[in-house]
Parts: sequence; C-alpha cells; structure tokens
Amino acid sequence: MNAFSPDLIVLQDHLRGGESGSFILRRGYTLRLTDSEGGANVAALFYNAAEKLERYNMADTLKAQHIFYLTAGYVCYSDMGRILVSLTADTCGWHDTVCGVSNAALVREKYGEGRYQELRNDFYRNGRDRFLVELGKWGLGKRDLVANINFFSKVTADGDGQLHFHPGASHAGAFVDLRAEMDVLVVLHTCPHPLDPHPDYAPRPAALTLWESGIGGGPDDPCRLSRPENARGFANTARHFCQSHSH
Amino acid sequence: MLIPSPLDPAQAIYDQIVPAGDAWMHPLHTGQTLRIVDLEGNQAVDTLFYNAHDPSERYSAPDTVRAQGNLYLTAGTRLMSSEGRAMATITADTCGRHDTLGGACAAESNQVRYALEKRYMHNCRDSFLLALANGGPGFSKRDLPSNINFFMNVPVTPEGRLTFEDGISEPGKYVELTAAMDLIVLVSNCPQLNNPCNAYNPTPVRMLIWDCA
Repeated sequence: MNAFSPDLIVLQDHLRGGESGSFILRRGYTLRLTDSEGGANVAALFYNAAEKLERYNMADTLKAQHIFYLTAGYVCYSDMGRILVSLTADTCGWHDTVCGVSNAALVREKYGEGRYQELRNDFYRNGRDRFLVELGKWGLGKRDLVANINFFSKVTADGDGQLHFHPGASHAGAFVDLRAEMDVLVVLHTCPHPLDPHPDYAPRPAALTLWESGIGGGPDDPCRLSRPENARGFANTARHFCQSHSH
Repeated sequence: MLIPSPLDPAQAIYDQIVPAGDAWMHPLHTGQTLRIVDLEGNQAVDTLFYNAHDPSERYSAPDTVRAQGNLYLTAGTRLMSSEGRAMATITADTCGRHDTLGGACAAESNQVRYALEKRYMHNCRDSFLLALANGGPGFSKRDLPSNINFFMNVPVTPEGRLTFEDGISEPGKYVELTAAMDLIVLVSNCPQLNNPCNAYNPTPVRMLIWDCA
C-alpha cells in the first residue's frame, strides 16, 4: 500500500451541504473524506458493486470488532463476512454508525417548512430522500436502505444506553481515509445528523479525494492486525478474488 | 423498565412453542398483542417486523434507537419502521433490556468472529432466509435489515466498547408488544453456540397472541 501523496490523487470533488452522490470506488483506491469547514456529517452506505445484495452491515461491523463507533484501524464489514472498506487514517476519531438518517417529517419538525417552491436549491433536504435518490440511480430502493455510517458525527451512550450527540466533534480539515477492499458502490450525502441539536438547517460541505493507494490487507496491515477477527475478514475477502490470504 | 402483563394465557387465541433453531413467521394484526416467553432463560430471539400490506416498510433499528434516544429496548419502547412510523409498542417486559445492535448470526459472520471452520453451524440468517423463501413472493435477503434480539444483553460503554455478555433473562421472563399496524412477524429462535447469548444452550420459546382488549 502507498502512503498518501498528492501525486497519487486521481480525482477531486466536493459535496455542498445537503447534497448527495454515488460512484464506484475500485479495489486498490482510497477515498479521503474531508470535513471542509468543520461540523460536517457525511452519511455513507457501501455495496459490493458486482453484487449489490452484498452490503454494509452495521451489526456485523460492531460485533466483529467489539466497538460502538468507527475510527482508524477498523473495517466496514458486509453481510457476507467480507470487508468493503478499511479506515486506514482518521484525524477526527469517532464516526457514528447507529443513529441512521433524518427523514422528511423529522426535518420539518426540527427546522420548519423548507420547500423548493420558496427556497429553490437551498430547500431542506433530508437523509432518507437523498439516499433513495442515489440508490435509485443504481436500480436499488427502499429494501436496500440499511443502517449507515455518519462520518464526522460523534454519538456516545451512557451506562443506561442514553444517547448523547457531541457538537463540534469534528474540526475543519479533519479527514478519514476509506480504502476499498473490493469494488464498492459508495453512496453519500451531507444532510445534518438526525440528533444534531443545532436549531437551524445548516448542512456543511465535504471534500472527496480519490487516490491510488494500492491494495492493502497484507500481513503487516494495521487494519488486519487490530483484531484477530479482521485477519479472517481479510482472508474471506481474498478468497472472493481467488487470492491467498496475503498479497 | 419492568412491567408485568395483565393478560391471561388462557384467553390467548394462539399458543405455540418454537424450538431452538427454528424460524417462526406469523401475522399480527393491529391491536393484537404478542408475548414471547423465554421458557428456560437467556435465549436470544432474533425478530423483524414488516408492514403486512407493504413489506418495503420494515423494522428499523436506527430509527428506533434515535426516536427514543436510547440503545436498549424495554417497556414503552416504540418499535419504529423505516418510514419513521411506530409498528408496535412494547407493553410489558419482565426482563428489562433487549438489544437491537447485535444483528443476527450468519454462517459468514461466524467465520469472521470465531473461525473460518464455523461455516457449517446453524445460524439465524439461514433461518431467516428459509422463512423468507417460503413466506410469500418477493421476499429475499434484501429484506433482512438489522433486527431485534429479545432477551439478549449487548452492553455498550461510554468509551465505545461493545460486548456480548451473559444474559440478564431467566426462565419464564417475557416481553409483550402490541401491533400499531398489520404486521408480519419474523423470528429466528437463535441457534448460536459460540457466545453466551444463549448461555451456550439454545432452548425453546413460547409465542402467545391475544386479540385487542
């Protein structure tokens, strides 16, 4: 695997606040998500691009790694015991994957009416609708919508299970690197986190940087070594490509 | 929250035992109440709900924990759908805490969690897939989002650690829920032998249904 260097960048893009996007991230490439201004929420779903019935599984990701959140060294599991993406770098430290996304009713209740009719392209977009729009472009729909990741959003649980959203957990310039371990359909949007208490609809932008990292998961890979489970996850993923355990 | 039920099993319109490792798929009409009894204690009961009239609306773990601002399910919890609507409410609970983060065991996740050689072991996802295949046209793996694990104990720490612990349930403890819409209920009575979610000894559960009071 290559260390990040500007000459490895193959594509740069950005999402305005409340925007969405979807694309194929090829195996051997890494997507860097950057919180451009601080306080962003980047909601994400991952699918095996070759067989989109295989998809991100929140439960398997958490229980295989004994975690309640994501940061560098952890991986995102599919429902088939394989790794979709690995978090190879992270300057934020905590990414929620439990709280899901907002829907139209929740956004109306929190922020009031914000229709296209009056606001044009500043209208109040919601997470569920943005996911459905992007999924629709790939022939997917409501049945493909599962628990997602909310990058740059920190939500903790106290001893009684009560959830706490931490405003300001991410700073301007914070980034997370997602290395694709197979060809992955990435679906993103930048609508506010559903538990963000900010009273105004003020979604923040994010930058997308695609760089040629090379294929990871070898014997010394930190994501492989972080948990014994992940060695088996990488082995399952290598089998998917008819490769030996390490490369 | 521990709330016992006033309902009398003699008045139930349905009363069946589901053996360990079996699936159970059954309609639950608006206003009907389903009781799941953990007959021998510490038995995980993996459960999903679908809107009987449009199964693309289904149980949503993220919507449920977000709506109540809490990870654990108990009496008073509204079980939310993917459309943000209440599908059912937990009306009685003598166990006190149920999980919705741990998902269902599967042949492939058992390989990751325990050993590549564990693939042969019976698991909840196999039960779910077979029940969905037999359950009517159009159901498939697409219809398996994160489920509820009744009677299962998956504590999360403030530092963000998550573990599967010994259960807090005991023989005879039960949970009861009342349907807020016409539902299809899908259950896998968990056969997992690799962790303490069933006390390493999967056992039967009892399903009772009452018509609306």
